Amino acid sequence: MTAVVQAKGLSKRYGNTVALDNVNLDIQPGRIVGLVGPNGAGKTTALKAILGLAEFDGSLSVLGLDPRTHRTELMQQVCFIADVAVLPRWLRVGDAVDFVGGVHPRFSREKCEKLLARTKIKPTQRVRELSKGMIVQLHLALVMAIDAKLLILDEPTLGLDILYRKEFYNNLLSDYFDEQKTILVTTHQIEEIEHILTDLLFIKEGKIVLDATMDDVSERFAEVMVNPDKADAARALKPLYERQIFGKSIFLFDGIDKTRLAELGELHKPSVADLFVATMKGTYA
Amino acid sequence: MNAITPSSKFLWQVKREYWEHRGGFLWTPLIIAAVMLAFMAMALVTAEFTAHQHGFTMNGIHIDQLASHIDADAMAKFQGALDVGLITMGMPIRIALFVVVFFYALGALYNDRADRSVLFWKSLPLSDTQTVLAKVTAGIVLAPALAVLGMIVLQLGFLILFTLYAAVHGINALPYLWSPTHLVAMWVKLAVLIPVNALWALPTMGWLLLCSAYARSKPFLWAVMLPIVTGVMITWMQLMQSFSLHSGWFWTHVVGRLLLSLIPESWINLDSLRALDHAGADPSIALSNLLSFGAIADQLASPNFLIGVAAGAMMIAAAIWLRRSRVEAYA
Repeated sequence: MTAVVQAKGLSKRYGNTVALDNVNLDIQPGRIVGLVGPNGAGKTTALKAILGLAEFDGSLSVLGLDPRTHRTELMQQVCFIADVAVLPRWLRVGDAVDFVGGVHPRFSREKCEKLLARTKIKPTQRVRELSKGMIVQLHLALVMAIDAKLLILDEPTLGLDILYRKEFYNNLLSDYFDEQKTILVTTHQIEEIEHILTDLLFIKEGKIVLDATMDDVSERFAEVMVNPDKADAARALKPLYERQIFGKSIFLFDGIDKTRLAELGELHKPSVADLFVATMKGTYA
Repeated sequence: MNAITPSSKFLWQVKREYWEHRGGFLWTPLIIAAVMLAFMAMALVTAEFTAHQHGFTMNGIHIDQLASHIDADAMAKFQGALDVGLITMGMPIRIALFVVVFFYALGALYNDRADRSVLFWKSLPLSDTQTVLAKVTAGIVLAPALAVLGMIVLQLGFLILFTLYAAVHGINALPYLWSPTHLVAMWVKLAVLIPVNALWALPTMGWLLLCSAYARSKPFLWAVMLPIVTGVMITWMQLMQSFSLHSGWFWTHVVGRLLLSLIPESWINLDSLRALDHAGADPSIALSNLLSFGAIADQLASPNFLIGVAAGAMMIAAAIWLRRSRVEAYA
């Protein structure tokens, strides 16, 4: 199977700051990949490179095309939602549907209208008259009606309430995603989407620091709640991270045999958020 | 799924510009026409009112007798003057068109970066070349065409007003005001002037789009200050007598062409108009000479015109190139 996104030695610098530092990536079709990193880690730069919106060094192929030179062809197969604020405020809903239908060969008007019928959005309304949540519903309806191979979501639910956020991801999973499609998503609300992800990419200071499937993650990482008397024994196993709660210590381990860890205390599956905090410690220091 | 061709995509993009700028492109000329007609109607009512009180005469002839005093020669003169009047009546619409298109071009590749909606447009399979060319077309073909529509509405409104006014005085003005050949010839001329003006406007359009695509903030400052400051520097150096380039030439052919070529019919050689005026020629003849197809063809072939088109095309190409990689701007 050919990779949807393949990057080798992808680098990008803005003046003296390195936004991407020799990144290697290989994203296979049919995956839902979470690209997670602290602010300024290079997430948006990576997405922009994939979308052909920024120059870069190294090699990058998206659906077999170079995004720098084949952006227009690429965008027939790639969709993206940057964040809720990017639909032009003067645009009418009906005109938006007409326009996308007029320029996108893979857009299904019928499907888009069906999706919009489930919302309170009316074709005569302008984007500026819609709430933030409705704007994202409109954007999602437009994008989901496009039969694309790769969907890129950059903080798609920023500033939305939990009802809209849940609905957003439910719609994506139930009406859009299938094994032909790939979704690459960045968000700060990882705890809300970790159950839908199949792959996890952590990015820190322009480098990929974790590239694993969710299955690998639960294999590799474990969290143990340890009583104070065994804490030193746990520390000897070089945990990634340690935090205190109710007088006990919680340790996060990478690649330590689970039976051994079970002797130290109660074993848990770490949440992606905990894993993230452990991996990124020291980022802002 | 859908039948989509490059030209249909292009038309959708021009349509999008129209949706966004309907107020400037369509409503501005129509509202100006409506306001001018309202003023004319008010003036006629006032005139009527005064005439009733004092008895209105023109060149010693009472207005009611005017019609019977017109002969063939006077009639031809009247038609010529009417043409000049109808053409110049559109001046406020032309000025508004210049202002609207100037700011349209300045914002065309900047505003969507400032409000980030460029990310939506760039998420669609549209080429940057087509996007920029659609904006050029909207600015120098679509907007002027709608302005001509506004001028025609104004002319028709004017003719109707005066026909009614004459009718009130028992004069049948139809044969004087409503010569179909004159009107159609004038509208054809207005339509022909659209592409001529468009070619002339290319340096300004190109320059403004280039600034619009380049600026990270305040495109207006870049577009206006850069040529003017350069012009001032050259004038100053000339005053210091250290530079041989004629500053007047720079102001006319560089600063003027970069900033003012969007003014409709600004390619008309004003010197020749003045010369004709001094020679005491009939203004209607002068105008029809200047706007004759021969004069337009001469203009089109002049180096001033051709160099401008080439410079405009190069700046548009540069704007397209910048549009590829610039996505950010500060609002």
